[in-house]
Amino acid sequence: MTSWLEQHRLALGLILGRFARAPFSSLLAMLVIGVALSLPLSLYALVGNIKALAGNIKLEPQITLFMPPGASADSVRQIETQLKELKTVRQFRFVPRDNALQDLLKNTGLTDVAAGLDRNPLPDAFVIEPQSVNPGELESLRNTLLKLPKVDSVLLDAVWAKRLNAMVSLGRDIVLILAVLLGFALLVITGNTVRLQILSQREEIEISTLIGATDAFIRRPFLYHGILQGLGGGLAAWLVVSLGLQLLNVGIGDLAKLYDAQFLIRPIDTTGILGLLVFSSALGWLGAFLAVERHLRKIGANP
Amino acid sequence: MISFSQVCKHYPGGHEALRNVSFTVEKGEMAFITGPTGAGKSTLLKLVAAIEKPSSGSVVVSGQNVGKLRRGAVPFLRRNLGLIFQDHKLLYDRSALENVLLPLHIAGLPRGESLKRARAALDKVKLLKLEKANPISLSGGEQQRLCVARAIVNRPAIVLADEPTGNLDADYASEIMEMFRYFNQVGVTLLIASHDEQLIAGYGGNTLHLVHGELRP
Repeated sequence: MTSWLEQHRLALGLILGRFARAPFSSLLAMLVIGVALSLPLSLYALVGNIKALAGNIKLEPQITLFMPPGASADSVRQIETQLKELKTVRQFRFVPRDNALQDLLKNTGLTDVAAGLDRNPLPDAFVIEPQSVNPGELESLRNTLLKLPKVDSVLLDAVWAKRLNAMVSLGRDIVLILAVLLGFALLVITGNTVRLQILSQREEIEISTLIGATDAFIRRPFLYHGILQGLGGGLAAWLVVSLGLQLLNVGIGDLAKLYDAQFLIRPIDTTGILGLLVFSSALGWLGAFLAVERHLRKIGANP
Repeated sequence: MISFSQVCKHYPGGHEALRNVSFTVEKGEMAFITGPTGAGKSTLLKLVAAIEKPSSGSVVVSGQNVGKLRRGAVPFLRRNLGLIFQDHKLLYDRSALENVLLPLHIAGLPRGESLKRARAALDKVKLLKLEKANPISLSGGEQQRLCVARAIVNRPAIVLADEPTGNLDADYASEIMEMFRYFNQVGVTLLIASHDEQLIAGYGGNTLHLVHGELRP
């Protein structure tokens, strides 16, 4: 166990020493990997933000029934009774006009606009959840509701939310495809730098195998090289994307202020960062492993 | 300790490096392989160190049939051998001490123990004062002594030397041979390939004459 730990310590020390002796080329390789990874990472961040926004939206079809402005309490009760009798309605809730205005002000920050109004312009409304999601049956329910007395308008409004959800899902797929493609790029970059390392250490590898080094001993420093380079690349990608988001947020914040709203793109969460670092380190390890396996047989002295 | 039985070695292209070679080197023996360039001396040593595999026949080293060793077992056989090369095969990007430490790192010895052993080996070949020197700054004789230190640092049972004095003048060559005599006296088995029959004549031991891949009396 001590011997195994000692060999890992030596391999890690050897690689850190090589990084320290050639800091510029080591950082450059990490930066190249970082830039390659920053594209899927920034898309991941954007999709995550859109998903968070979309998460607040109910994707089940909803129908909103608006009463005419100034509708009486009797009219509201009458509609309520009729809705209870409709078998095509699963459940519903009444949204009084005052509550609707408060919600609007809370969600949009349009307090200045509200202050300029002499009365609440919003009507009372019922938010209805139908039994069926079938478009034909939804349309039929909408027509039924429209025919009820004292109803001003009926809004069937879930299609856009579904579209948004589909777009988020598409975005996730694009991130996945890009991550796979650029993962290959990372494999190639790491494989190539490790190949160059192997060629420059060729003599040492040959001599080490002649005096009893196992394949694992030869492989170990290169695997650490791959892992550290991948990890450095992941950190570089995180820095690049975080910096990009910070810069974007300045403009987005200013734009949102013009609409009297507050919106900022959230930074990548801890799970995302950890996932990125594990992904980039694992790919670095894999790239190094493939390169070492390929070249070790060529130049090793073990028959 | 080392036993060859009807060993043949053919290289791709049809070159026959060794033909029906049979001999035995007992434990604690100092044996020499002589013969002109191209006689098969280096091939014979490569077979002992499992750098090559025999085309036919058997090579047994410390009880292990080298030709039938798994790839993964070869390094562990080599750790029990000390290899000395004519061209030294030193690493010129590190110090003399670090060169001698390499076999100990490979064997996974703790750092303190490794340093103690490496310095003892350097002392044995009278290079302790030059432990920080880069091998490139050492003379040919010193480089070969460094190579000897690296070969013996793991306390191997067998030392194989391929033309260890080939590039050295007479004084340095005698110095190296005296070291081999000392190692042999403390129980190390040595198999030394050399074309310099005059030099080895004074050291006794079993001498194998190789000519065109065959042992001659």
